[in-house]
Amino acid sequence: MNRPGSVSLLRLDAVGKQFPGGVTAVEGVSLDIAEGDFLALLGPSGCGKSTLLRMIAGLIEPSEGRLAWGADMAGRIGFVFQEPTLMPWATALRNVALPLELAGTPRAEAERRAREALARVDLTGFESAWPRTLSGGMKMRVSIARALVTRPRLLLMDEPFAALDEITRHRLNEDLLRLWRDERFTTVFVTHSTFESVFLAERILVMSPRPGRIAAELHVPAEDRATPEFRTSSSYAAHCRAVSHALSAAMAA
Amino acid sequence: MNRALRILAPTIVGLLFLGGWEWLVQARDIPPYILPGPVLIGQTLVRDWASLLPSLVITAQITFAALFVAATLGLALAILFAQSRVVEMSLYPYAVILQVTPIVAIAPLIIIWADNLWLALLICAWIVAFFPILANTTTGLNSVDPNLRDLFRLYRASRWQVLVRLQLPTALPYFLAGLRISGGLSLIGAIVAEFVAGTGGSSSGLASRILETGYQLQIPRMFAALVLVSAFGILIFLCLTLVSHLLLRRWHEEAK
Repeated sequence: MNRPGSVSLLRLDAVGKQFPGGVTAVEGVSLDIAEGDFLALLGPSGCGKSTLLRMIAGLIEPSEGRLAWGADMAGRIGFVFQEPTLMPWATALRNVALPLELAGTPRAEAERRAREALARVDLTGFESAWPRTLSGGMKMRVSIARALVTRPRLLLMDEPFAALDEITRHRLNEDLLRLWRDERFTTVFVTHSTFESVFLAERILVMSPRPGRIAAELHVPAEDRATPEFRTSSSYAAHCRAVSHALSAAMAA
Repeated sequence: MNRALRILAPTIVGLLFLGGWEWLVQARDIPPYILPGPVLIGQTLVRDWASLLPSLVITAQITFAALFVAATLGLALAILFAQSRVVEMSLYPYAVILQVTPIVAIAPLIIIWADNLWLALLICAWIVAFFPILANTTTGLNSVDPNLRDLFRLYRASRWQVLVRLQLPTALPYFLAGLRISGGLSLIGAIVAEFVAGTGGSSSGLASRILETGYQLQIPRMFAALVLVSAFGILIFLCLTLVSHLLLRRWHEEAK
């Protein structure tokens, strides 16, 4: 169900994860992610969507199936955690520069690119701020800037806005969408919010709990999202209803 | 107002206590070889300053040397533990044994084995002081935010990068808390070991002064030496608290 002519970035082949102790978190997930996709993994907490995301990131080894990459991804994956996950002993700039410095980029070059990344998330002027002085939303922006600083081909986000208030969440949703439109990094976004998934993603994968499988796939065409005030449009409401039904069905199954 | 009260309240309590003490000594006519009043102790401190100061210097030397060795070795050992679970499992029990064995019980042995008394006292003080630094730093090195660890893995950080950029900064507040405890303990270690060693001539520390004044019933001088020990301990604590505040104030919640 990819866009015609799109290039596969990653294919998951019957991927599953069984943890020691016998809990099956993910089972039989087959999935093709194309370059430039914005994909949401939607499901209730504990349905294995974070495990799936971590397997894609290479942080967890799948116990079944395999992942086939369409490109060399060394250093080209960005990850945004549920919490901002900043180093409290480093300024915003040093936090954002970290991935570059770990890869051995010279300090001056790393700082220049970190400044640029902070500007992309509207945090110009906060370079030397300490994490504890920033609000929750701003910390999350720093976290996003850090994930984007390496110009990743794939951005993985694990319920990044779940802990934020609704107003901040909506703003960050819009900013993320703008960044994605400008830069077209492939995005896999884990969420448990139907509304968030419809607002952000072109492809929504609904996951069923225990063991986590993909129960349904829904699409929100770009034309629909192009409507002004999409969040209050009737087309948005219709998509939300469809996704919500799919989610209920997945939960009942 | 709160800040002023924090200084004022204990000062008033202290002054009341000293006043009551002086009054009791005067009113009951307690002889100075039983309990000298604070005024007499102050006078003795001023009069004997020249003879007590060399002892304070020796005790201070042993204390600082022990604290320095405890901090360096504790940190080094904690880093070694963090690198290898096997090393940690093999050595940690012995660190605990060293910690739980009362220093007064092993001090005589150390004094027999060590070449000179100064070294023996240093070893005793070090044994008492090093465990909090080792235990705290080990905890700190293992308290890394699991998500940050994953982030470092994602960007393929080397072991060295994880240690220097992630584990050591995480452990810094723990290390400093350990250092503050060890500062007081190394002074206690230095004093206790000297007590066990007994009096040792003119080039000995404050514990020897306290012992010898006890034998000679020079109780005001004993109190003067006690005042010096306490004041020195407080000074160490304040200095280490200041260092910790300066290092952590920008980022750590506990540094107010």
